[in-house]
This record gives sequence, C-alpha cells and structure tokens, in this order.
Amino acid sequence: MFVKQIAVFLENRKGRINELTKVLSDNKIDLITLSIADTNDFGILRAITNDNEKAMRVLKDAGFTATVAELIGVEVSDIPGGLHNVLKILDTEGISIEYIYSFAHTKDKRAVILFRVLEQARALEILKRNKIKVLDNLTC
Amino acid sequence: MRYYQKKLECISRGELRSLQSERLVKLVRYMYDNVAPYRKKMVDIGIEPGDIKDIDDLKLLPFTEKTDLRDNYPFGLLAKPMKDISRFHGSSGTSGKLTVVGYTKSDLKIWAQVMARSLVMAGADKDSVVHVAYGYGLFTGGFGAHMGAELIGSTITPASSGNTARQIMLIRDFNAKILCCTPSYALYIAEEMQKLGMSPEDIPLKAGVFGAEPWTNEMRDEIEKRLGITALDVYGLSEISGPGVSMECTVKNGMHIWEDHFVPEVLGADLKPLKYGEKGELVFTTITKDGMPLIRYRTRDICTLYDGKCACGRTHVRMSKIVGRTDDMLIIRGINVFPSQLEAALIRCGNIVTPNYQIIVDREGLLDRLSVKVEMSDEAFTDTVSEVERIRKAIEKEIHDALGIGAKIILCEPRSIVRSEGKAVRIIDNRKKY
Repeated sequence: MFVKQIAVFLENRKGRINELTKVLSDNKIDLITLSIADTNDFGILRAITNDNEKAMRVLKDAGFTATVAELIGVEVSDIPGGLHNVLKILDTEGISIEYIYSFAHTKDKRAVILFRVLEQARALEILKRNKIKVLDNLTC
Repeated sequence: MRYYQKKLECISRGELRSLQSERLVKLVRYMYDNVAPYRKKMVDIGIEPGDIKDIDDLKLLPFTEKTDLRDNYPFGLLAKPMKDISRFHGSSGTSGKLTVVGYTKSDLKIWAQVMARSLVMAGADKDSVVHVAYGYGLFTGGFGAHMGAELIGSTITPASSGNTARQIMLIRDFNAKILCCTPSYALYIAEEMQKLGMSPEDIPLKAGVFGAEPWTNEMRDEIEKRLGITALDVYGLSEISGPGVSMECTVKNGMHIWEDHFVPEVLGADLKPLKYGEKGELVFTTITKDGMPLIRYRTRDICTLYDGKCACGRTHVRMSKIVGRTDDMLIIRGINVFPSQLEAALIRCGNIVTPNYQIIVDREGLLDRLSVKVEMSDEAFTDTVSEVERIRKAIEKEIHDALGIGAKIILCEPRSIVRSEGKAVRIIDNRKKY
C-alpha cells in the first residue's frame, strides 16, 4: 500500500554523491528514481532501487546514514491537469505535502507521482475513496 | 586632564610596595576570618594570617582557581553578608554554571576609580562624550566603562551593543569623543561606516578603549586608520573587577596594571613566580576589595610583565597583550566559551547526536562567528528536511542555552568528524588574534 524508498543523509561535501553511486554500482543495484533535497548545509538523497533492502545494507556498510521511508505513489494520466486532479483532493482535505517527485512512462502516457505527507494513512484513505489508483510498488 | 589620580598613578615603587604590604596583611586576616573555603586552604597547608608580613610573602599563600568559584556557587566565596552586596556580575564557567562575583559599594567605587584612570588615559574628561557600546548586563563591559566615565564627569551614551547604523548616528550626532567596545566591534563599525559612504572625518571620535577579547597590533593599525582614532587596549575580568584592571597608555607599550588594587604575578609551569620579562600565567590578588576578594587567582591568561619607567609617568607595571591561555577557553564576542560546556550540551541532546564535535571560530566580516560541527546519529535521521531541520534547531537551542551565545550548527554524517589519536582536534580557530 506504500511505496518503499531509501533516504540517505549527505553532507555538503564535494564528491559525496559520487561515492554513493559507486557503492550502488559496485553492488549492481539499479536506480528506479533518484532525487535530492538540498539545503545550504546538507542534502537528503531519496531513491527507489530494484532492491531497497540490499541498497540499505551496502550503504550502511559503506558508512552512509540511511533510512527507509514510505511514500504514497499514485498513477495518473500524463496529460495537463493529471497531477493537479490528485493534489486538489488532498488540499481540500487539508493534507500538506512534505515533498513530491514524479516520473513519466512515455510509451503508455502514464505518470507516477510519489509523495510524502505527515498523515500518510489518512491521505491514502482519501485517495482510495476518490478512486485514485494507488501503487504498492514500482516496477518499470 | 592627564591623570585621574596622579599621586597614586605615579607613586614611587617603594611607596607602592609598602601600600601593597599593608593591604595584603589586612586582606589575609580578613579572608581567614570571613571566607571559610579560603581559610580551609590556608589551614590545609599550615599557613596562618600572622605568617604574612609583607608583599613578598604573597608567594606563600594558596591559589584560588576558577573551579573554587564554581564549587562555591553562588555565594560561598562572599566575604560580606548579602545586605552589603550591591551588585552581581558574572561570566560563563567551565560547567555551564555562571562564575558569580558579588561587589560591595566600596568594590564598585574602586572599580569606577580604576576605570576612570583608564578612560582619562585615553583622553576622557568632563567635557567628553563617552559612547559605551559594550553590552550592559552580567557581562562587566558596559557597566564598567559607564561607571568610570560617570566618575570623571563625562557625558555618557549608554548605547550597549547592537544596531550598528544607530550607533554610528549617535556617535556622530552626540559628538562622541571616546568609544568603548570590543575591538572586533570597532572594526565592524568602521565597516558599516564605509558601507554608508562615511569616512573617518565624518565622525568626531578621538580615541577608543577596546577590550574583552584578545587582539593584535595589526588590528590596532586597521582600527586607527579606518576610524581615525587612537586605539587603546583595556584588560579586565569579572573575578578581579571588570574592565580597568589594566589599561594601555598612549605610549602603547603594554597595559599598566593598577597595582595599588590588583597585585599581579606571572607564574611558570611549576607555578613558581617568574621575573619581569618572562612569559607565564597571570595571577591576581585583589588587595582592596571586600565583597569577594580573591587571593592569587589564576586567570589562565598568558602574558609578560614589564617594569621600568614608562614615558607616560605612571609607575605601575605593564603587562603585554594576552598571548594565549593555559586551558582551552575561547573568547567569542567577549563571551567565555569552554569546549566542555558544549560537550555537556550535546550529551543533554540525547541520542540525536553523537558526543563528537568540532568547534570552528571565524572572524567573518570582522565579527566572530562560532560554528559547531556535530554528527547526527543514524537513529535521528529521517527522509524529510523539516524533521532534520527540527533536530538541528533543537541542538542549536541546547547549545545557545549552554554557552549564552548563538552558534551555527552544521550537521555531519556520523563518524565523519576526524578522530585523532589521543587528544581530538576539537577547536579550529581561524581568527588571527595573538
């Protein structure tokens, strides 16, 4: 019912992302999504991989601070207003988005929206009630 | 006016010695009778008041340490009952506890007198406007400069710290002649003046009395050039009195210690007194105070004492600028900061951080800036920026509460702060100050 994602704390230091991708690459882990929240002082890298459990293990072994977080994933049509239709439902119900990112499957005109809210369970229930297609996991 | 108390400031060394001897003998008896912790120190090493016959016997007496002030917090070292104590001042101590000093009316009068002498050195008189931009509060800077200027009969602008644009306006509009603040703040004022398109000729200042933090002669040149003034160094610490324990004359060859009130010694690593001209730890005995006199108080400041006649006519010995510390205390914007306080604050934060840290002090844009690198624990980390920021703010608050000054908290990955073998490199001080 939630999509699992790994989050990694990154110091604002040259070469740190490179060190992380090397660990994933050496362990033959495939990235499905990747985004970084950057602040002045630090970054949080968020990624979904083909094997999150293994990714967590190898990153921790390599000294990274990482945690698993659950996201709500919804699939919408990749057309103008596709995302807005979902967000306006949440907004009406007073749900605030902590962060959001998306990716599109170009061949079948579908887009996947991934987001994190504080009230995850309530948001999920609202979406289901409004017949929005909620994803359990990501496969591409 | 060249001197405030000419007779005392230019007293012969022989007369000064007899005065010190007479005062020390009285003080030791007074401490023995009124301050139990010090009496115990004397008893422990088998010294009685009668053993102290003149100033040369000072070296027989036990030391007072900063930890004695902490251990007897808040009132254990007071020699007078509370009804005779007029005011408290204090500075931060090693354990996060304040170092409290109680002053009687007589102590405040002495302090005002030595500060008056010091301000007159810089050219203050009845007709001067003295602009005090030291903070007023438990910190002694503001009140010390204020009382000295008041005693002279100068006109005081008690501006306290902050709001630099307004400070500049007050200095200009009130025709201030003397500026009292920290040297780094004096440079900051110069910087702000430049931004406002003002040159040294646009302000009436003639001299500055700068202290509460160590500074270099290069910094003096910079301040003098940019403010168009004579910049003089003043030294003090709340335990002994506050600013005005010693003050530099316009000869600029060391700060005259007002020895009729504060008797200095410089000690070597073996805690034996050194000769004039030798570098060591500065120790003071207050021979005229009665609220909380201290005998052989170890300042942890390292400097050199010089005797010999000064061209200004004053006979009191001169001390060099402070060239270091015997402990790891940092002075940041006039506030004492001990790494151990920070460590305790991090431990109070619980498991959101490791107790590993690094302190970085910079002089950015002429003001001291304190940054602390801390390692966020694996357990505390979450995927949202808001939660990580909340943790950062919680640490920031804990450290602010402990140190009394704000610090920028830089979150680092666990195990990322360099551990060295033996003593960790906890402090990176990028300021050029000694």
